Amino acid sequence: MAQPGWLRPDARRLESPHPLRKRFLNEEGAWPAVIAVVSTIVFFGGAAALVVTSPNWPRVRDQFFNPDDFRDAAPDVLDGFWLNLQLFAWSMLLIPVVALLVAVMRSLRGPAFFPIRLLAVIYTDILRGIPLILLVLLLGFGVPALQIDLLPSSATFWGLTALTLSYSAYTAEIYRSGIDAVPESQRSSARALGLTQWQALRFAILPQAVRNVVPALMNTVVSLQKDVALISILGIREAVREAQIYTSRTFNYTSYVVATLLFLAISIPLTRFVDWYTERDRLARSQAQA
Amino acid sequence: MKLELDAVHKSYGDRRVLNGIDLAVDEHEVVCLIGPSGCGKSTLLRCADLLDPIDAGEIRLDGDVITEKGVDANGIRRRIGIVFQSYNLFPHMTVLDNVTLGPRRALGVDRDVAEERARELLGRFGLGDHADAYPNRISGGQNQRAAIVRALIGDPEILLLDEVTSALDPELVGEVLSVIRDLAAGGMTMVLATHEMGFARDVADRVCFLHEGRVLETAAPAVLFSKPEHERTAQFLARVVEAGRL
Repeated sequence: MAQPGWLRPDARRLESPHPLRKRFLNEEGAWPAVIAVVSTIVFFGGAAALVVTSPNWPRVRDQFFNPDDFRDAAPDVLDGFWLNLQLFAWSMLLIPVVALLVAVMRSLRGPAFFPIRLLAVIYTDILRGIPLILLVLLLGFGVPALQIDLLPSSATFWGLTALTLSYSAYTAEIYRSGIDAVPESQRSSARALGLTQWQALRFAILPQAVRNVVPALMNTVVSLQKDVALISILGIREAVREAQIYTSRTFNYTSYVVATLLFLAISIPLTRFVDWYTERDRLARSQAQA
Repeated sequence: MKLELDAVHKSYGDRRVLNGIDLAVDEHEVVCLIGPSGCGKSTLLRCADLLDPIDAGEIRLDGDVITEKGVDANGIRRRIGIVFQSYNLFPHMTVLDNVTLGPRRALGVDRDVAEERARELLGRFGLGDHADAYPNRISGGQNQRAAIVRALIGDPEILLLDEVTSALDPELVGEVLSVIRDLAAGGMTMVLATHEMGFARDVADRVCFLHEGRVLETAAPAVLFSKPEHERTAQFLARVVEAGRL
């Protein structure tokens, strides 16, 4: 009786690689690392060489990377950046609260809550529809111009308000997607215990919803950190504004590089942290399912 | 009568699921609902616990109409326990917190008191060692038993069980069924939707065959399983026997 091909003795060659395969298999070991290093050096070295050998490089170097200007501009820009950090911290406190409130308003069920749901929908639609820079301008210049005694007239206050309102609209939608992702059966079993709609949301749904969206929320934090700079258009002396002032005084752009480095100093660790956390969360979840 | 349904109708959109259900369950009685998928068993239980509003008819608990406007639905749900097919424990809470959530938040019982009672019940149902475990760390059978304890801790007047063994691995079915058998022996009033015909025959006082949103036939298990009155019931049982489930 004829044997199937894979039973014939020469089929065993899978165990000792064919001569032609050896070449590929030998690439295992140190080779991949060496190739990675060499190609990285070639790529970035080439890019750097392209910049450095460009005809106008000496001028650009002087205007953007001047060590003296760096030293001169740094203290003021750093002072301004301190304000960025404070506003960042404030908005990080305010946005999750406002956003959660809006998301909860939108998640309430039953005809009695219709006006509340409507309010939340209008809020998210309008605030997400306005470019943040316009909202900053409208609130920052518009509200103080009304000269209502009860309202603060500080541009910083209204800049922060604009930032909070706009980001809260986006963040509310993130929360809502997290709430929607919790299975309906969880709500049923919470209500079956005799919990009210609010208690079911508070104890059963929201903790799961928030956990669902932590990675998405943290990405928002990264972009928020940078968008704080938008309030510079109100003339508030934060990092970008200070850099601008230095530039208009000296016609040297090194101050912008100072500001850039400061933002990067915060956002890169933040991004790394978000990636690390997201990966850890993904692993924890896939293990929990197994 | 503990629980009575009169001409209950319920549709989801265009799909009519309950089409005039009449059912009465006496105190300490165990009633099994059988019938093909989609016949309305689960919907009947959900409606009885006021988790879904009914379109027409009336449901009474201990003689009180619970489907009227203005009824305190949360208060009614506290008097009824329900257990679902897919356990539905809250994954972010330990077994103990799952069990005590109802008493603590819906009834305002102190944490210590609720936990003491919960540990006692968990111990009785063989979950004493798992009180502090999260649901994803214990087996399906343990999840389902914890869900039963969660439904029982409020001392419900009636327990509704919705195909509570259907999501379990076969070797875990027995432990859950034996819990239910104990509850029946203890006099708990229960309505079970189930595919476990052998179990229904053992534990039920009465079996109801549901077909197209109606109770087509009700009888003692010995009668219904051996001499069904209706053609439809006989066909259904024949298919169940064919599948080796009876």
